[in-house]
Amino acid sequence: MIQIDQVSHQIGGTPILHDISTTLPKGRLTALIGPNGAGKSTLLRLIGRLEPLQAGRITVAGHDVATTPTDRLARVMAILGQQTAIASRLRLSELVAFGRWPHHKGRPGPADRARVTQALEAFALAPLAHRFLDEVSGGQAQRAHIAMAFAQDTDWLLLDEPLNNLDMAHARALMSRLRALVDHAGRSVAMVVHEINYAAAWADHVIAMKDGRVIAEGPAAEVLTEALLSDLYDAPIRVGQHLGRPLVLHHV
Amino acid sequence: MDSRALDPGIAARRPEAAAGPAPDRRPALILGGMALLLALLAAVWMLQGLGPGNRGFILGLRATKLAALVTVAVAVGVSTILFQTVAANRVLTPSIMGFDALYVLLQTVLVITLGGAGLVGLPPGAKFLAEIAVMSALAATLFGTLLLRGARDVPRMILTGVILGVLFRSVSGFLGRIMDPNEFAVVQSVSFASFNRVDATLLPLAMAVTALAVALAWRMSARLDVLALGRDPAVSLGLAHRGVTLAVLALVAVLVSVSTALVGPVAFFGLIVAGLAHGLMRTAAHAVLLPAAGLSAAILLVGGQWLFERQLGQAATLSVVVEFAGGLFFLYLLLKGRIR
Amino acid sequence: MRLLPALSSALLALMLASLTVGAAQVDLRAVFRDPQAMLVLLESRLPRTLAVALTGAALSVAGVLIQALVRNRFVGPDTSGTAEGAALGLLAITILWPSSPLWLRMIAASLSAMVTTALFLAVIRRLPVREVMLVPIAGLVLSGVLGSVVTFVGWQTDLMQYVGTWLMSGEFSGVISGRYELLWIAALAAGLAWFSADRFAILGLGDQVATGLGLSTAAVMRLGLAVVSMVTAMVVTTVGMIPFVGLVVPNLVARVMGDNLRASLPVVGLAGAVLVLACDLLGRLVIRPYEIPAGVILGVLGAVLFLVLLHRRPAHG
Repeated sequence: MIQIDQVSHQIGGTPILHDISTTLPKGRLTALIGPNGAGKSTLLRLIGRLEPLQAGRITVAGHDVATTPTDRLARVMAILGQQTAIASRLRLSELVAFGRWPHHKGRPGPADRARVTQALEAFALAPLAHRFLDEVSGGQAQRAHIAMAFAQDTDWLLLDEPLNNLDMAHARALMSRLRALVDHAGRSVAMVVHEINYAAAWADHVIAMKDGRVIAEGPAAEVLTEALLSDLYDAPIRVGQHLGRPLVLHHV
Repeated sequence: MDSRALDPGIAARRPEAAAGPAPDRRPALILGGMALLLALLAAVWMLQGLGPGNRGFILGLRATKLAALVTVAVAVGVSTILFQTVAANRVLTPSIMGFDALYVLLQTVLVITLGGAGLVGLPPGAKFLAEIAVMSALAATLFGTLLLRGARDVPRMILTGVILGVLFRSVSGFLGRIMDPNEFAVVQSVSFASFNRVDATLLPLAMAVTALAVALAWRMSARLDVLALGRDPAVSLGLAHRGVTLAVLALVAVLVSVSTALVGPVAFFGLIVAGLAHGLMRTAAHAVLLPAAGLSAAILLVGGQWLFERQLGQAATLSVVVEFAGGLFFLYLLLKGRIR
Repeated sequence: MRLLPALSSALLALMLASLTVGAAQVDLRAVFRDPQAMLVLLESRLPRTLAVALTGAALSVAGVLIQALVRNRFVGPDTSGTAEGAALGLLAITILWPSSPLWLRMIAASLSAMVTTALFLAVIRRLPVREVMLVPIAGLVLSGVLGSVVTFVGWQTDLMQYVGTWLMSGEFSGVISGRYELLWIAALAAGLAWFSADRFAILGLGDQVATGLGLSTAAVMRLGLAVVSMVTAMVVTTVGMIPFVGLVVPNLVARVMGDNLRASLPVVGLAGAVLVLACDLLGRLVIRPYEIPAGVILGVLGAVLFLVLLHRRPAHG
């Protein structure tokens, strides 16, 4: 479980988050949704200690992110931020191999190599493994970054808009992969999702944010209602049903 | 991850491909070749045209200069790779960002304050070590702040560093004028690089300091590899990003102090060397990059000095040529859009 | 428009002060009775004061022009290869024709400065990313590369002494009557720019706007290039390059007045004169009876101001 207590945050004097308290349940796929500028990414980055906590407290599986040594946290959670440009010229296999670093600290063993192979295969990157990052498409590079977080092999996986740059087929495949991780491998996933229907179709738990506050949270079917979404996005939004899950009709 | 990915037939077609690069002999071969070339150059440097008379004296003179050149080369090469890693940027060198200017300023300030306190008689070795210590602390604080805060707007961060360098140089010049209005040759002499004029008194100490700093850097290789990924991935992988950044900057400061004290500021030489190391090794592994940068710098410097001093009779001009070529290389990288 | 009278009176006060400060005591009230004082005043003090003011004004206006040419606020004639170009031209003519007349040297310096500045313009047009901060970085490095060529040639031909006075001094202490008059040409060139102020303002808005308004950008570019190069060449030859004036002053003035160049160019010129004169005076007072060159002081002050400009949020736009 990720426990967030009274977290507030500001950047350059501008308040981004106001006194947020919430929990992300263990063993679930949690989606953070909300309009641009709601503070979703900031909250995720605070959980992943990419930004220093200014006020409040966050624990991940009982580890306080402000006080737990960062290398210990790296074996509890993996976070993938939005900015994935890398100055080094790396092959895809080398990038994914870095996911094992928290475990071996520079001395990879056979088990680490096996994990990397597994991650490359899981994300359909094996044929590209020897290509350089700047020689593959944006979507392929994005998948390599996700594979790296996957190879980190942590209980918690935090992803900030991981569907960026992915085409429909790969986006769906990623969601299905994450679903399988939660259902069969006992992992927990938290992700910021821009396209709300991915949350509707795949998430267990949804946290809706607006203007730096949590305005609703709960099972997907309870949060993704016409009234709540219309209020969240300040625009009339209809919600239908598809295969027993909500289908948000925001584009018509 | 899609249906193709979950089909083991396709994914397993190149099972070894995914296991990371197979143990590659290429880097070791190249490094060995470079070491050999350097040894050859050193032999030529020492023995060429050695007459029968006064051998000991000439050999001693040549050995001193060779040692100085190699020390400076290693310091410049390694510090540039380290700085590019910590800045997550391939077109920067410590000099472009004003490191050496800070060292010159520090020297000037120390001369004034120590002179005022009647401490001129401090032995040069002790003074040098004190300078290095202060420089490390200062550079880590200043450039640490700049890098950690400026990561979001890299060009602005670079420009700030460049202008800070100009500021440091100007303040040194200003203080030099106040110190001794009739003679600002002291300041002048350290504002140009010259591989021809090496301060030999500091050499043994400088070599020891360089060896120590390079050894420390080499021990950090694995962490440097992670640092080079950039801040977010490094933090996610559990690297103590801030601490490692500051430590690396301190090492850079030590190495820049050594090279600046020995030959003066060399702004773009490191850029050529780092570009060469990256291009030759084609890997991001610092365990290989660091020695490659040190070796290629030493080859360029010893070979270049041999060419200019012994063959062309133009001992003083190597630094100018190196800076010219390095500056053009920088512009080339800029035009290729390699600055990010 | 309260700036204009304020700056004018400041300039007047500084000029009067400049006339009285120096190694020899000059009492302004007594000069008509004291031929010695009159001589010092006319041969040394007045020329120096005028030289400083003209340099400051001309360089600042040149700064406005080069910033309009490259559409970037963070460049100046000292960071776009112009000064190094002028020095290269001077070196070339000194080597090829040591006894050449002064006017020929000036033409050589101006032409050569024009070529290197055009090179800078060509380089930044090819920058792949339209990143504001890359332009000054490219300019600084190009200046450095050209500077190393100048140094190399200077060394080879034993002319390093001249190179030093052209590019690294910014010193007015050597100015006497008969040795600064070229700066009038620089000021005149800068004054000419005022007649085309509107064109430069439009040029600063971008190629599309300029073409849309029926402006021949190429012609305006050539004019700007010529003025910037001439001003820089004159300054380099007579007193040596002064850093940061052409970069900082236009920025400071634009913050208050905006970019309507017809209104702001005179203010820019005045502000530049005030700034350089203040620095020159300071340099004469700090370690009397010795002097610190104005260029050295401006190196420090200008760098600080530049850093402030770099990190402040834009006041408008």
